Amino acid sequence: MKKKKIISFVILILVVFTLAWLLQKLLMPKYMTKIVEGALISEYYEEKNKDHDVIFIGDCEVYENFSPITLWENYGITSYIRGSAQQLIWHSYYILEDTLKYEKPDVVVFSVLSMMYDKPQKEAYNRMSIDGLPLSLTKIKMAKASMLPEEDLITYIFPLLRFHSRWNELSEEDFEYWFKKDQIAHNGYLMRVDVKPAGSFPKPRKLADYRFGDICYDYLDKIVKLCKDNGIELVLLKAPSLYPHWYEEWDAQIVDYAQKNDLLYINMLDHLDEIGLDYSTDTYDAGLHLNLSGAEKSSVFLGKILKEEFNLADKRQDNYLKAIWQEKADAYYKMKEEQYKELEDYGYLLKFNLKRAEEDNRQ
Amino acid sequence: MLFTSYGFILFLCIVIGLYYTIPKRFQWKLLLVASFVFYYFSGWSNLIYISVTIVSTYLIGVKLGNLDKQQKSYIKEHKESLTLEEKKAYKEKIKVRRWRWLLLCLFFNLGILAAIKYTNFAIANINHIFTLFKMNELSFVNLLLPMGISFYTFQTMGYIIDVYRGKYEPERNIGKLALFVSFFPQLIQGPISRFDDLSKSLYEEHHFDAKNFAFGFQRVLWGYFKKLVIADRIVTAVLEITKNPETYDGIFVLVGMVYYAIQLYADFTGGIDITIGIAQMLGIKVTENFNRPFFSKSITEYWRRWHITMGTWFRDYIFYPLSVCKPMLNISKSSRKRFGEEIGKRIPVYLSTITVWFTTGLWHGASWNFIVWGLLNGFVILVSQEFEPLYAKFHERFNVADTFGFRLFQVMRTFLLMSSLRILDCYRDVGVSFRMFGSMFTKLNINELFNGSLLKLGLDMSDYIVIIIGVIVMISVSLSQRSGSVREKIAGKPVIIRYAVFVLLFFSIIIFGAYGIGFDSNQFIYNQF
Repeated sequence: MKKKKIISFVILILVVFTLAWLLQKLLMPKYMTKIVEGALISEYYEEKNKDHDVIFIGDCEVYENFSPITLWENYGITSYIRGSAQQLIWHSYYILEDTLKYEKPDVVVFSVLSMMYDKPQKEAYNRMSIDGLPLSLTKIKMAKASMLPEEDLITYIFPLLRFHSRWNELSEEDFEYWFKKDQIAHNGYLMRVDVKPAGSFPKPRKLADYRFGDICYDYLDKIVKLCKDNGIELVLLKAPSLYPHWYEEWDAQIVDYAQKNDLLYINMLDHLDEIGLDYSTDTYDAGLHLNLSGAEKSSVFLGKILKEEFNLADKRQDNYLKAIWQEKADAYYKMKEEQYKELEDYGYLLKFNLKRAEEDNRQ
Repeated sequence: MLFTSYGFILFLCIVIGLYYTIPKRFQWKLLLVASFVFYYFSGWSNLIYISVTIVSTYLIGVKLGNLDKQQKSYIKEHKESLTLEEKKAYKEKIKVRRWRWLLLCLFFNLGILAAIKYTNFAIANINHIFTLFKMNELSFVNLLLPMGISFYTFQTMGYIIDVYRGKYEPERNIGKLALFVSFFPQLIQGPISRFDDLSKSLYEEHHFDAKNFAFGFQRVLWGYFKKLVIADRIVTAVLEITKNPETYDGIFVLVGMVYYAIQLYADFTGGIDITIGIAQMLGIKVTENFNRPFFSKSITEYWRRWHITMGTWFRDYIFYPLSVCKPMLNISKSSRKRFGEEIGKRIPVYLSTITVWFTTGLWHGASWNFIVWGLLNGFVILVSQEFEPLYAKFHERFNVADTFGFRLFQVMRTFLLMSSLRILDCYRDVGVSFRMFGSMFTKLNINELFNGSLLKLGLDMSDYIVIIIGVIVMISVSLSQRSGSVREKIAGKPVIIRYAVFVLLFFSIIIFGAYGIGFDSNQFIYNQF
């Protein structure tokens, strides 16, 4: 009798956990349409060959502005962009820490734009950077470092407790992607081929204090140490996005930091002509982010520096890698073609303009 | 630490885990430490207030016990030598001393409560008078109300009065008394327990009992369901209506009244379910505080079934003593002489009733809306009593008392009457409350219920569906309770049904609960008192 009771209790617990897991999977945002950048972080863990020469960490300035396929095709460099929307420096640190559990790259490229934020900004961005990580001590530390006062740590361990209220906004997308996900990015690069020429930006406002926050320096020190401890070269990078404004005072601090720590710092805004960027054709949102054409140009420029500075071997003749990257390139060009077709048919990209597409459908 | 916070759930798991693993003789000590840790999270300064109350009650309780013993042993020792008059005189002397100690304890602890809770209310009223005479106003004091002070103060007062009355011996272990006062599940919103009801199961050793534990856990879940799924969801509309009286008058006042009744019931009974459920998981029996109050057929019955421990507290420690105190007996005597037997005998009852309801109102909050609410309750009860003969005649003539229709009418009437009085609680302002109540009759436009306005109160259709299903479940459970414990009934079902009910309840709370980001975490309403 007692044994029977124990068995039925164990079954009950299993049922509860299974249901919780199923509901959690259903209720968590899928990020397959509209805010697709939310899917970037988790996509890395689906990657079969986690062995890259270069890992990028940072916000949209890395996942929108550089193409690993271009780096491969031009230099034989294998790379992955571990970027996420408004990835703050503590996010970057923990994402790097987590990445190093799977691989040891030769070079880590860190986008320094996030040095401008010394406080958590929005819960939505925290979720996009953190939820994609598998549960680990790193993830818990990352959540603790990132949370806004209204957030609870437990919701990062059991996201069902955060997303439970989505039951009344479930859409077809949630059921379609309940157990599977489409590939959104190309080794972390989020492709967009549409064009919106850069216009004028608001005049940069004067800041009361240009010094980056102490916490940002602390995490930058931690990133430097993590790389040194693992024998990885660290590159500080300012991507060629025109907005938000990159102040000279900020640049000077990074130059100074790089010198003191013997790091390579590349401010691509100083090399726009050399890169060959044309902001009337190479950006999809008026200069904030580059489109495919711009990302490929900036990748060619950056790849050359990385190759020369760090003697990265050209792996294009490695048959194993060649096959893997050919498959990636096929997907890349297929998406490129599809996006151009969409532009031709609709004048905009459907995935990024769902509302507009719905309105057009109604008409 | 709110019952609905993740921190509390973690705290509870730790306490329960330790409770059943440490040696049994340490169980009550663990609960004492846990209670103080729990209370510490509401602010460390609150610990000072509750500690002062515990120490003063303990010392005076022991003093009262000692005086009683002293009297008994003195009389026993001098049994032969003392005359009857001397014995009487000695007893009287001790009685006076004990009475003085009791008064000291009551005034001291009530003084703390009054100073913290009512000082600003008093200043506000004094300032009104000062304004009339163009005098300088007094400034308000900045005192934070410790959580649950009204509950634990009343609990200690009940204890000390019972000790004075000789109902039981004083507790001579200060730790045990401290646990009785501060037992964490009931510390912040009751029930207001009696020492002789709670102490035995609080201090005795408890072995893990799977059935008791499961029943307790089910009750906790049921409490969370009521609080998170119903109360914390409907509160959005209640606040929208009551915070904007200029926008929402007429029919919306009726809507707000009904919504608030649902919110208050789900909130308060949900909180008590959590309290009693937690205690049951620990093997401790806490007094019930509700008995399906919304099925009451009269306001008197309603108050026997709603917040029972508060009602009985006022009955036992204010109404009865007041009714039989010397001045009241004198009033009774003189009023019988002056107004005749019929009216004269009613006057002491009226005075006691009014006093009880005045203090009940004041206990609920330091503002006039609560006082008026209390007095109106007393008034309605007295009027109902006066109409009793009329009702009797009606029932004699029309034999409808036992028909379902008439009983339903009585239940609806009581519900609407109580909800109407609760308007004073909703709007927290006497003038606005009466104006809004009046608007139900002067600006009534039923069409507003059907033109989509209900969906502009912060609740969408999916919220309404959840609330309606939740209320139906709540009513069904109450109906089922009339023929015995619902948990016992479920326990008698096959295991698959038992587990299905549990899983359904658990996931209803997880999915449909109004908690986390996007929802304000709401305190239990009675925490404020």
